[in-house]
Amino acid sequence: MNKLNNMKKSTKVDFATYLGVIIAFIVITVLMNNGTLGRKQVGLLVPACCYVVMAVSLNLTVGILGELSLGHAGFMSVGAFSGVIAAMSLAEAIPFEPLRLAIAMVAGAVCAGIAGVIVGVPVLRLRGDYLAIVTLAFGEIIKDLINCLIVGHDSEGLHIIFNFKGLKTVDDLGLLPGGNVIIKGAQGATGTDTIASFTAGVVLILITLFVVLNLIHSRTGRAVMAIRDNRIAAESVGINITKYKLIAFVTSATLAGAAGALYGLNYSSLQATKFNFNTSILVLVFVVLGGLGNIWGSIVAAIVLYVLPEALRSVADLRMLVYAIVLILVMLATNSPKMKAVLSRVIPRKKGDEVNE
Amino acid sequence: MKRWISLLLAVCMLFTLVACGPKDDKQDQPDDSNNDQQQSESAGTYKFGGIGPLTGEAAIYGNAVKNGATIAVEEINALGGVQINLDFEDDVADGETSVNAYNTLVDWGMQCLVGTVTTGACIAVSAETYKDRVFTLTPSASSVDVIDGKDNMFQVCFTDPNQGTGSATYMAANMPEAKIAVIYRNDDAYSQGIRDTFVAKAAEEELNIVYEGTFTADTATDFSVQLNAAQAAEADLIFLPIYYQPASVILKQANDMGYKPTFFGVDGMDGILGMTGFDTTLAEGVMLLTPFSADAEDDLTKSFVEKYQAAYGEVPNQFAADAYDAVYILYNALEKAGCNPDMSAEEICEKLIEVMPTLTYTGLTGTDMTWASTGEVSKMPTAVVIKDGVYVTA
Repeated sequence: MNKLNNMKKSTKVDFATYLGVIIAFIVITVLMNNGTLGRKQVGLLVPACCYVVMAVSLNLTVGILGELSLGHAGFMSVGAFSGVIAAMSLAEAIPFEPLRLAIAMVAGAVCAGIAGVIVGVPVLRLRGDYLAIVTLAFGEIIKDLINCLIVGHDSEGLHIIFNFKGLKTVDDLGLLPGGNVIIKGAQGATGTDTIASFTAGVVLILITLFVVLNLIHSRTGRAVMAIRDNRIAAESVGINITKYKLIAFVTSATLAGAAGALYGLNYSSLQATKFNFNTSILVLVFVVLGGLGNIWGSIVAAIVLYVLPEALRSVADLRMLVYAIVLILVMLATNSPKMKAVLSRVIPRKKGDEVNE
Repeated sequence: MKRWISLLLAVCMLFTLVACGPKDDKQDQPDDSNNDQQQSESAGTYKFGGIGPLTGEAAIYGNAVKNGATIAVEEINALGGVQINLDFEDDVADGETSVNAYNTLVDWGMQCLVGTVTTGACIAVSAETYKDRVFTLTPSASSVDVIDGKDNMFQVCFTDPNQGTGSATYMAANMPEAKIAVIYRNDDAYSQGIRDTFVAKAAEEELNIVYEGTFTADTATDFSVQLNAAQAAEADLIFLPIYYQPASVILKQANDMGYKPTFFGVDGMDGILGMTGFDTTLAEGVMLLTPFSADAEDDLTKSFVEKYQAAYGEVPNQFAADAYDAVYILYNALEKAGCNPDMSAEEICEKLIEVMPTLTYTGLTGTDMTWASTGEVSKMPTAVVIKDGVYVTA
């Protein structure tokens, strides 16, 4: 108990976050098994997990690193499609689904990480809002590239063609009999085995939290935050700006890729247009409303704002209106000084604990 | 203090909205829900689910399907006997939202699904209905992937390959000399699917395709590049396997350029006359393949169009007709299979799968429609031309 009291405030919050996720997982699993949760609620679990991971990982870029990224859905897209390719082409080699899902998520993470390096290396050397511009373009480019991508798999392995002129079709893959087409250009990935599971989603959230929280509290994290707070001061004490920016950005992209793979394997049909600018902004909204740099805030915001439009189905036509009003209310409430005063009275804070102010 | 008052007011507003919402819904359809419950004790009530985009850019299709299906349901309920309760959910034409809508309907106790309306969303939902054994009849999702390998999936509309090959065959028969340009959206499953089969069939028929232009969802506001290229290639027939919104922009821009080829569309073009803010004179002479024409002279079409206009104040398009047929097809199939409303979705599904290939149905969108066990419908498309703001059989 003494040890608990001696812990830093931030460490306590971190433990509470892990604990919250685990308790939520146990409660939901119990409810699922005794049939209290309907199909609707169960169906929302996996995508909610994906959006939580997306929000937490984007918070690393936007909240901790302080760079605006408008193409987070692009990394999700890379992860989703590479994950789907990995899972579908290994369907026969690895019939055990959880293992296949894990491999697909690793594949998605690696591919998105590579994309993160490609985007990050040139752009993170610059000052100013270039990352926002380039990631915005990246999201659009990825969408167009995947629209050109035709991928199939047969006993000889993977067949990939790029349909840049729009004149090639699935027949040009030259698949052997028994082979199956995984991605059909603009028609996206269809006929995917839906092997994603809630358990995998929660494990991914825990891994994400572990990676992000440890990164934040490590030497690297302090360097990253120093760069965010004052780039010149950070440079003057010998911090390699580009290196630390790149570490944070690529980590963020990698986690988004894993979330994408999980998302992609949850639906039997997936088009690249799903991961458009709107999806990037949606995730950014989760992060901003949850609080920049506030990890548990991102989790809560992602869950609430994802579930809300579905929960409002009963109000039919008005649901988007209600959703908008809730967004505005949350903005007003979380930013009002009075609200903050009330909160600080409820939750007494020690000086110097705040990361995000 | 002001802030608190405004917050309070906003909260009040929110609660009023939430409280009013369901009431509004009931006011829309006062008859079916109440009547159904009263009569359900005698003959029973089937629960039909529907999914389609009621909001967003494809909303015209979702609403047409909802309206068409509602008319059919009201007619059947008015007959007495077995009743139908229809719950139609919004999916914004998005796969993820569509699956959520489907799960909502399963919780509600849906026995058959009429949907989903758009192709991409339907593929995602069909995987779920196949797993859960829910019989699904889609009015308008036309891709082959929708029915591929799923014995519980049936279509009312033509498949994309049928539309592509149908268009090519029609052109080969009626305008073999035409220089054809194709403008299609290459990030859309529907458009790309039709274009692929059209081009394949056109090569077989030795049609002369002089230009192919593509666009994406983000570039659907300006077609001057594609139209200039088509004009430079001297195309006199432009094939548009796309939805009507981008098509309306193309028609407008071609008109502004003074470029007057013949435009040829498929079922996505249907709805262009009902588009708000579109000058319908621009659509004069546009040809399209559609199974339904609102000015057909048969009694069934006439009565449907009349009811639709009375209820919704517009001329029904092909999607509304497909949905109307879909409800009647389900109704007939359920009757033929000897199902009753107390059966579970799985039992109904297995029975209907057996019955569907033996069913013959004549409705708004075709005479003597039959189904292969794969789920594909067999009916004849007709080509229509837009003249004076209405469809005329070409």
